[in-house]
Amino acid sequence: MQTLPKRGFWARNQRRLAPWLFLAPGIAFFLVYVILPVFQSFNLSLYEWDGLGAKEYLGLRNYEDLYWEFVDRDAFFISLKNNLIWLFLYLLAIPGGLFIALFLNQNVWGIRLYKSLFFFPFVISQVVVGLVFAWFYDPAFGLLNVALGWIGLGPINVLGDENLVTYGIIAAGLWPQTAYCMILYLTGLNAVDPEQIEAGRLDGAKGLRMLWHIILPQLRPATFIAFVVTIIGALRSFDLISIMTQGGPFGSSRVLAFYMFEVALSEYGFRMGYGAAIAVVLFLIMLCFIAYFLWSMWREEKGH
Amino acid sequence: MFPRPIEKSTPAARVAYKTLLPVALLFWLLPLLAVAVFSVKPDADFTSGNYWGWPSSFEALNNYGKVFFASDMPRYLLNSVLITVPTVIGAVALSTMTGFALGIYKFRGNLLIFFMFIAGNFVPFQILMVPVRDLTLEMGLYNTKTGLVLFHIAFQTGFCTLFMRNFIRALPFELIEAARVEGVSEIRIFRYVVLPLMRPAIAALSVLIFTFIWNDYFWAVVLTQGAESQPVTAGITSFNAQYRAAYHLMSAGSIVAALPPVLMFFLMQRHFIAGLTLGAVK
Repeated sequence: MQTLPKRGFWARNQRRLAPWLFLAPGIAFFLVYVILPVFQSFNLSLYEWDGLGAKEYLGLRNYEDLYWEFVDRDAFFISLKNNLIWLFLYLLAIPGGLFIALFLNQNVWGIRLYKSLFFFPFVISQVVVGLVFAWFYDPAFGLLNVALGWIGLGPINVLGDENLVTYGIIAAGLWPQTAYCMILYLTGLNAVDPEQIEAGRLDGAKGLRMLWHIILPQLRPATFIAFVVTIIGALRSFDLISIMTQGGPFGSSRVLAFYMFEVALSEYGFRMGYGAAIAVVLFLIMLCFIAYFLWSMWREEKGH
Repeated sequence: MFPRPIEKSTPAARVAYKTLLPVALLFWLLPLLAVAVFSVKPDADFTSGNYWGWPSSFEALNNYGKVFFASDMPRYLLNSVLITVPTVIGAVALSTMTGFALGIYKFRGNLLIFFMFIAGNFVPFQILMVPVRDLTLEMGLYNTKTGLVLFHIAFQTGFCTLFMRNFIRALPFELIEAARVEGVSEIRIFRYVVLPLMRPAIAALSVLIFTFIWNDYFWAVVLTQGAESQPVTAGITSFNAQYRAAYHLMSAGSIVAALPPVLMFFLMQRHFIAGLTLGAVK
């Protein structure tokens, strides 16, 4: 009787082992630098720690201090309020991007270059965007005030006004974000089924009705991604605030992301535990969205 | 096509559209054009209050020369390159493997691991900040390019895995089946069957990650400090502190700092957009 030649352990099991082999380095990196730190931050938020000496266990004291604003008057709730303003107003990038995409979705000479140039702001670093807009708003020479001067309106110091500053920074942020949404919609519009448009035209649908009933439903994947990246962008707002105002004037343009950095790593002192507590609050806000995104993606996976 | 092609409208509408295009673009890029104008003006224009008038002389060579030869800017640029390129290589290498594993094999926990990568990719940076800074300090990598690169590779692996896995899912699975029937080992399947097919995905991701990392500011501030390791996004703030109120130099510096991703975008536009809009169409 002939026996099959004995194959090695690897040859017999490679189908089962190969995925883990390929995953190992990626998972290791991701666990150490992303997943574990999330839990470490949760833990750290229960302590007081200056980053060097011994940690002192406080329980939920850091969170109580946040709530009662025991350590910094108003700072936490102003940041939280600004985060909400960012979240809502940043969403304007989605209709804005759609509008520009519709405007540019034509076949005239040079349109490709126009599309690229409209997309341009997204490629530039936020640091430069922040600088550019800080000058744009400058009360002495900024283009904004030059333009306002033409129509007889007095100079306004957008970044120096407690009531305007957050809106001014959001406007700067909307510039690249709208460009991003635009490119998503341009790609989406490219893939819209022409037969459905023709059918719609035969039924007498035009303009807004056509957009609403026939085009937008087909743009849903683009809208979903635009929504995801815009929410994330809004909650990650840090660079612009840091460059344009440093959270000022009088802390009125802080958001949680910036406030956390200020508490934990700036000249205001190294209060890592308190900073971690702020980060946890920000994380929990984000978690609502992450859960929603994952749920949508999971439904998609099951649908296949 | 929606909206209706402009060629099918009246000649008046066509002319209106074609004039509106450059005007709209001009307004859209106005803040940027202003900086470009600033960067070729002489110092004297700013002291005399001639901010928006015609430059009294064109000093582009002079201003950009100063940025390149009389400041730390070249060093920051070099740092940016030395941070960005290894990150791109590292993240793409790791994620071709994770994407392959998650896209090809069916095993328990597949979807769970995939979702871990996606979820991690969305977390706010601040929740990672203190532990990552601490870890980097402990490894003796604080204020080094390596410290920054390691973190960036790890974090970008999340997004890259999402991208690669979905790309591999769309490849014809029969190719892999056929190779298995031939008795090709799994590692050779990865190397000789799948990897060559992933070239477009690798190109798209490389351009995209290059831009993300080049433009990173937060982690540069958290993990590095001085000119010996800071990338250009962080460097530009020190540069500006050095040349406070020298608007012509600050403008030139900003343009130099912003340029590499812009060039990358214009040279690799197709790949860039393919990467960015992944999933925007069904």
